[in-house]
Amino acid sequence: MSLLINLAAGLIFGLGLVISGMANPAKVLNFLDVAGHWDPSLAFVMAGAIAVTATGYRFVLRRSKPLLDDSFHLPGWSTIDRPLVIGSAIFGLGWGLFGFCPGPAITSLGLAATGTLVFVPAMLIGIAVAGLVGKSRS
Amino acid sequence: MAIETEFTPLASAFGGALIGISAVLLLYSNGRIAGISGMVKRLIAPAADGRPEQALAFIIGLIATPFVWTAVTGSAVAQTVSENIPLAAIAGLLVGFGAAFGGGCTSGHGVCGLSRFSKRSLVATIVFMAAAALTVFVSRHIVGGGA
Repeated sequence: MSLLINLAAGLIFGLGLVISGMANPAKVLNFLDVAGHWDPSLAFVMAGAIAVTATGYRFVLRRSKPLLDDSFHLPGWSTIDRPLVIGSAIFGLGWGLFGFCPGPAITSLGLAATGTLVFVPAMLIGIAVAGLVGKSRS
Repeated sequence: MAIETEFTPLASAFGGALIGISAVLLLYSNGRIAGISGMVKRLIAPAADGRPEQALAFIIGLIATPFVWTAVTGSAVAQTVSENIPLAAIAGLLVGFGAAFGGGCTSGHGVCGLSRFSKRSLVATIVFMAAAALTVFVSRHIVGGGA
């Protein structure tokens, strides 16, 4: 049951990326290019997503636990630390270079563009390396 | 590589709402954040209560999307991806490392984190948005000469 829900949630998320234009790196780069061919569409993606998520989360988090698990798995800490800032800056650099963040990149795999087929394995390596660095720090 | 794209406020807001529905569904059913870099992390470096099989099911849903889209609408997913291979490799490494090291990406920090008013996610979102916009500015208007 929980696997079916995850599959459906992944599909709904992917369709949201495709319909919103977020799965198109050209559109993402134009959103980030305020001084050039600025396309403000992605501000509407964020606004639509946050409006629904913030409203839904409020109701869901009133419950004592989720439907199919014993507890909510939410990040509990709130310190603004170095990894947060450095990691986000590095992520933004890569995002601005190519126009893919993790969701759209994975969703685009089946379209088999050459750039995507290079980007995704490199991204997986990056995630694995961050995991190793995080382990050696703690 | 800079091509003009059409301004699509309605489709973008609707697509955003779908992303929101997915995020709410996931918190309601499994108590999890719909953060894509986090899902991949749960999959390739499984933690004790990481439930990698759930993350895998979600990622299969993502990968199935373009096929479902084309089966239903009869049209291909429109996208323009750079064919610059070294750039793809470097950007992929940076995106993967940065998102995992910073504890989240556009979805985890930008959508889910901001939706629960997390201060960490607000800082992360401001930093990666600014870094990305600055990168595009430098690559298109300084190095690329406005190309």
